[in-house]
Amino acid sequence: MSATIDGRPIEARAGATILDACRDAGLDVPTLCYLETLTPVNACRVCVVEVEGARVLAPACSRRIEPGMVVRTRSPRVDLSRKLVLELLGSSVDLSTAPTLEPLMREYGADPGRFGPAPATVRQSPKVDNDLYMRDYSKCVLCYKCVEACGTDAQHTFAIAAAGRGFDAHISTEFDVVLPESACVYCGNCIAVCPTGALMAKHEYDLREAGAWKPEVQTATDTTCPYCGVGCTLTVHVQDRRIVKVTSPLESEVTRGNLCVKGRFGFEYVNKTG
Amino acid sequence: MDLHITGGEPTEDERAAIDALLGVPESGWEGAARDIARDGRTAAGGHSVAGQRHRLLPALHAVQDRVGWVSRGAMNYICRRLSVPPAEAWGVLTFYHLLARAPRPTAVAHVCDDIACRLRGAEALCQELETRLGPPLAGGSPAATPDMNGAGVSGAVEAAPALRRAGAPAPAAMAWQRSPCLGQCDAGSAALITRAGAMPERFVLAPAADASAIVEALAGSTPAPPRPTVRWTGTPRLLSRVGKVDPASLDGYREQGGYRALARALELGPERVIAEVTASKLLGRGGAAFPTGRKWDAVRRQPATPHYVVCNADESEPGTFKDRVLMEQDPFAVVEAMTICGLATGAAQGFIYIRGEYPLAEARVGSAIAEAREAGLLGADVMGSGQAFDIEVRRGGGAYICGEETALFNSIEGRRGEPRSKPPFPAEVGVFGKPTVANNVETLVNVLAIVLEGGESWARLGTPASTGTRLFCLSGHVERPGLYEVPFGATLRDLIDLAGGVPGGRGVKAVLLGGAAGSFVGPGHLDLPLTFEDARAAGATLGSGVIMVYDETADIADSLHRIAEFFHHESCGQCVPCRVGTQRQLELLPTLAAPSASSAAAAASVFGELSVAMKDASICGLGQTASGAIESALNLGLIERPVKGGE
Amino acid sequence: MVFGMGGGTSSYQEMEETDCVLLWGSNARETHPIFFHHLLKGLERGARMFAVDPRRTSSAQWADVWVGVDVGTDIPLANAVGREIIAAGLVNHDFVTHATEGFEAYRASVEPWTLARAASVTGVPAAVIRQMAHEYARARRAMLCWTLGITEHHHAVDNVLALINLALLTGHVGRWGSGINPLRGQNNVQGGGDMGALPDRLPGFQHVENDEVRQKFDRAWGVTIPPKRGWHLSGMFDAMERGELRAVYVIGENPIQSEADQHRAARLMDGLDFLVVQDLFLTDTAERADVVLPAAAGAFESEGTVTSSERRVQRCRRTLDPPGEAREDLAIIFDLARALGHDWGRPDAESVWNELRVLSPVHAGMSYGRLDEHRGLRWPCYDESHPGEAFLHARLWERPVKGRRAPFHAVEHTAPADALSDEYPIRLTTGRRLAEYNTGVQTRAYASPTRRGETIDLSPEDARQYGIAPGELVRIVSRRGEVMAPVYIDATLRPGLAFMTFHFPEQVQTNQLTIDATDPRAGTAEFKATAIRIEKAPAAAAAT
Repeated sequence: MSATIDGRPIEARAGATILDACRDAGLDVPTLCYLETLTPVNACRVCVVEVEGARVLAPACSRRIEPGMVVRTRSPRVDLSRKLVLELLGSSVDLSTAPTLEPLMREYGADPGRFGPAPATVRQSPKVDNDLYMRDYSKCVLCYKCVEACGTDAQHTFAIAAAGRGFDAHISTEFDVVLPESACVYCGNCIAVCPTGALMAKHEYDLREAGAWKPEVQTATDTTCPYCGVGCTLTVHVQDRRIVKVTSPLESEVTRGNLCVKGRFGFEYVNKTG
Repeated sequence: MDLHITGGEPTEDERAAIDALLGVPESGWEGAARDIARDGRTAAGGHSVAGQRHRLLPALHAVQDRVGWVSRGAMNYICRRLSVPPAEAWGVLTFYHLLARAPRPTAVAHVCDDIACRLRGAEALCQELETRLGPPLAGGSPAATPDMNGAGVSGAVEAAPALRRAGAPAPAAMAWQRSPCLGQCDAGSAALITRAGAMPERFVLAPAADASAIVEALAGSTPAPPRPTVRWTGTPRLLSRVGKVDPASLDGYREQGGYRALARALELGPERVIAEVTASKLLGRGGAAFPTGRKWDAVRRQPATPHYVVCNADESEPGTFKDRVLMEQDPFAVVEAMTICGLATGAAQGFIYIRGEYPLAEARVGSAIAEAREAGLLGADVMGSGQAFDIEVRRGGGAYICGEETALFNSIEGRRGEPRSKPPFPAEVGVFGKPTVANNVETLVNVLAIVLEGGESWARLGTPASTGTRLFCLSGHVERPGLYEVPFGATLRDLIDLAGGVPGGRGVKAVLLGGAAGSFVGPGHLDLPLTFEDARAAGATLGSGVIMVYDETADIADSLHRIAEFFHHESCGQCVPCRVGTQRQLELLPTLAAPSASSAAAAASVFGELSVAMKDASICGLGQTASGAIESALNLGLIERPVKGGE
Repeated sequence: MVFGMGGGTSSYQEMEETDCVLLWGSNARETHPIFFHHLLKGLERGARMFAVDPRRTSSAQWADVWVGVDVGTDIPLANAVGREIIAAGLVNHDFVTHATEGFEAYRASVEPWTLARAASVTGVPAAVIRQMAHEYARARRAMLCWTLGITEHHHAVDNVLALINLALLTGHVGRWGSGINPLRGQNNVQGGGDMGALPDRLPGFQHVENDEVRQKFDRAWGVTIPPKRGWHLSGMFDAMERGELRAVYVIGENPIQSEADQHRAARLMDGLDFLVVQDLFLTDTAERADVVLPAAAGAFESEGTVTSSERRVQRCRRTLDPPGEAREDLAIIFDLARALGHDWGRPDAESVWNELRVLSPVHAGMSYGRLDEHRGLRWPCYDESHPGEAFLHARLWERPVKGRRAPFHAVEHTAPADALSDEYPIRLTTGRRLAEYNTGVQTRAYASPTRRGETIDLSPEDARQYGIAPGELVRIVSRRGEVMAPVYIDATLRPGLAFMTFHFPEQVQTNQLTIDATDPRAGTAEFKATAIRIEKAPAAAAAT
């Protein structure tokens, strides 16, 4: 079907979202809560675009292209909303380990400091209640990715969900119990999708705390998991001749970026002998 | 589903309350005693149990009603019965503010301190209650909500010692909390009383004359049901039976013309019914003003089945009480109208979602449904037509956002009341993912007259673009707050006059049109004809029909603060512009009235941009309208520096 | 035996698009978690699922119906399902007529397995068997998946054949979304088979007793391959017992701890003239070896390929240097060859792979380049323009069928070898847990928050009957040995059924209990069916 994006005529496949069409056309639309492998929740509103004739802006990640649709990915309205969204996040959430947001802040001229001297934040202590995960909800932008990965989009364990409401909304286990009391099976699929470092393998967290996390010297190599016969692709991140992290490519038909606890964390036997 | 449930079993009371709703568990896997011959060999899981999720909120209500709060053991048992993961149930439990998740006294007064009641002295009532009963419980209303990011609602546990300290006359099981608007704005003050127990009681005290009345109600007295003030000009269409018919009597309803419309609708058939509704040009009365006929037609045409009818009776817009009056005083009309809608749109099941703060409406609609079913007006063979339609009542849990139709669907489905992205629209993907007509109570009740009179004839009242009559909820500084039915086109001044004008002959400083999500207009707009088109042209909205009058002595800043708190409290928290925006709006509000003109102007500039982004980028109407009232006040110069009586 | 090639017929993607899943003897939720993701997608789309398992495992809890079969009665259950499908007129006659053979004999063989008789033998209510039969047969697409619950029995092959019969009866094979799939328990069980690590096969599932095939390999390798099949694992132990097998070279296995009837395995291994063990770890088996060759970790320190349960060949890449003197398997084998007088040149995984591609038609199209580009390819993949097959045996739907028709196999029930008795009244079955793997040599090194060590899992009823508290140490006795383990009370078990893993041999040597009764055709021991009794430990009794 035909539509127009930023003045350019484009052809989009049936069912494509505005974001799909933009990416196919080589146009960049920033996203935060979007991930190819997850159902769009369009909660962050960073990807909003202007659709001609619409009363309000539309989330590019989930709005489907319609025939004849005229879309503007940049306009004063779009830019203002994106700037405010970034400012609202920057003023309430610790984005220090969310590297993708920093260039966006610059691009949209976001100034999170302009909400007065002491705006409310979600600041709190990190939760370290087990040997594999760390959860620092000071860094949570509530993108819901972890909930989706733990839930219906992948793992179906449902150990965490959004709780509370409004500014108090947060990700939680039932009755806020520690992870070892929850349904968590430590697949780490939540960590894999977290865009801000709010969820992190404890291994990485400890290295960061010790000032020993050095992404610039890390290598990443794909291999196949040594455990069961499913054949999950592991991307092995090595620093100083030790495995420091294991992920899986979103493009893998087998895993779609997901792993189980053994695939993601069961590499220590190599480090211990290495 | 491989549930992982830890940490507690239900008490006998909790189990009884849940079993009373869900029935006795069928197998050991669901919590019955294990019968190894059966449970050791087979178990049902998968799709059949996943389909139980929609009973989550009713089950939580059942425990709340019985025990006064929802314990981990009770939640666990519900999870086991309905195959719901505990974390998800917790997400739901923490979303609805009428549900408590820490022990607290069994009798609780939810005292309205919202904008309409504030104009009539609600704050003084709260102060008085605080003296009598100690500090309010947390959770009900923002003014009392501590910064809590954890599980407990500490205020509840502390309430009992506070009671003793205050030397109250040993009402050990008694507490109070602040509440957003209870939809009793015509009464001037109100409290929702909940008494948990084997025979739970939930009723509204309106007016709640003083703290003593509330304490007496908590202690056990049951007040007489309210008698609403209703008036109209010309011949009423919506209020014709209100106050004249026995709401409990199907015969009484029929004597006054009830169920003639359904009979007529069955003669006409679905296409003709939809044609008449379309011809009437009836627009939705919930706030969005969408053409009802188009909505019905779209659902009727959807190939996906089943279709559903959802009556949105989650009337929570501050200042609004029209649907409550209709449901309480003429419940059969709502049932009949839903039935016509169901038969016209090919739906066999309807839901009426009534806000949890309307126990009387819930009871009366519930018994009307039962009576209608008994009389063959609902059920497998409606009025001998061979067609099926039935209605289930769902109780809201104390969440304004559930008035947004897609949030309401999620709530019915047993989820957090988070709005969905539109499109797809409900006509295509509604409750349970199926084609759904979602109409407001007032909208539906209009259909009765349309079917009987014919759409074109019906449309002669009102203006060409705003046909028919409209219910307006007058509150604040008028002599006779109440519900008024007038044809579209009456002016704001007409309505205020009908309500007896401003007490003491004082002047009007401003009128809040459309509720907290609406906007202020100044005295210059008193001759504004109240139609969709004139309101739009004036940059205002009729919304849910709220006309809240502020006389020249009114403290607008106090109302603005309460509105900002309201949205902060009611935002679902899903999208950034609304979740953080409503927080920042609340923080920015005092700075708009900063003593220094330059810093006030700077704040206004930030607020202005924030307001645009909230309107443009929020998912749903809540965020999109949350800054409207404050913005209109700013534009009207109603925010004065320095702020009077602010915090 | 039925189709000629040993591999799951279907791609994971098809699990998402099927309408009915029979998960039989598999706790894939814990043992194949990412496969289970695909299955879950199917359930979300509306697929119905039946889980046949003595325990109501976390997998079975996802099923529409849990079918709580007695251990070792899968054949009666499958035969009753088959009989019901026939009796209810739900046979896919077109498929049976054109694509199969031996139906009449099969029909006769299942005739005695009425629902009532099967119910009494399997413990599964007749209505549940009937429902499973009807839903499986009526489904537009249906998948049958199994794991070790089917194959770790003394009649493993018959178990598999009994299941395949159901697929033939209903035509649920050879089509998109319909198939029969053994889920492989280790990352290269399938690949080992691909490469000819089967007693009767050369690489590419080419039969060693086929002269033409053998000659091809003879020419390529310049040797004469003996025209007879070898031993599988249990056959090797039997040969040790007979004294025919005197020297063993073990690569990456820990049979002392992983084999059934551990006492016997240890005795036989100890009696060998010569034992070489090549492993990452100094396992219990390696401790007994004459020579230990320290090996590199396959997934992280070696180059090569592995083949998954959906027949996808994928690369392993070396990202770390092996520690100390450890070396890649290939390098060790090349050196061994050189020492034996054969210089194969420089060890290089890709060259070896390319040699395979020349000899194995089903792998011919899988260059390293293409494996990289496609993130692995599924065999058969005949040439470099071939995309690899998503599912096998489409030929069965061609008319007329090309090649041999798929045969039904009449199979009879035989009860587990280790019979229950008054002395050994409890059926112990074994399996894996999510966070652990086999004998734990790899998983022990990472800190799993869910790790709780070895336990004997008992039903609440049995725990009550024996007066055992959670965590209490009990003695578990079988006809072959006894161990002590703490009790874990698990409501997914019914009375008379117990469960253990073999993940923690350093705590509990579970395989001292198990029986090495083995299907001579498959060589897998009956780990799933041990007769035990539970005794309160005197010390614990005193302490409590």
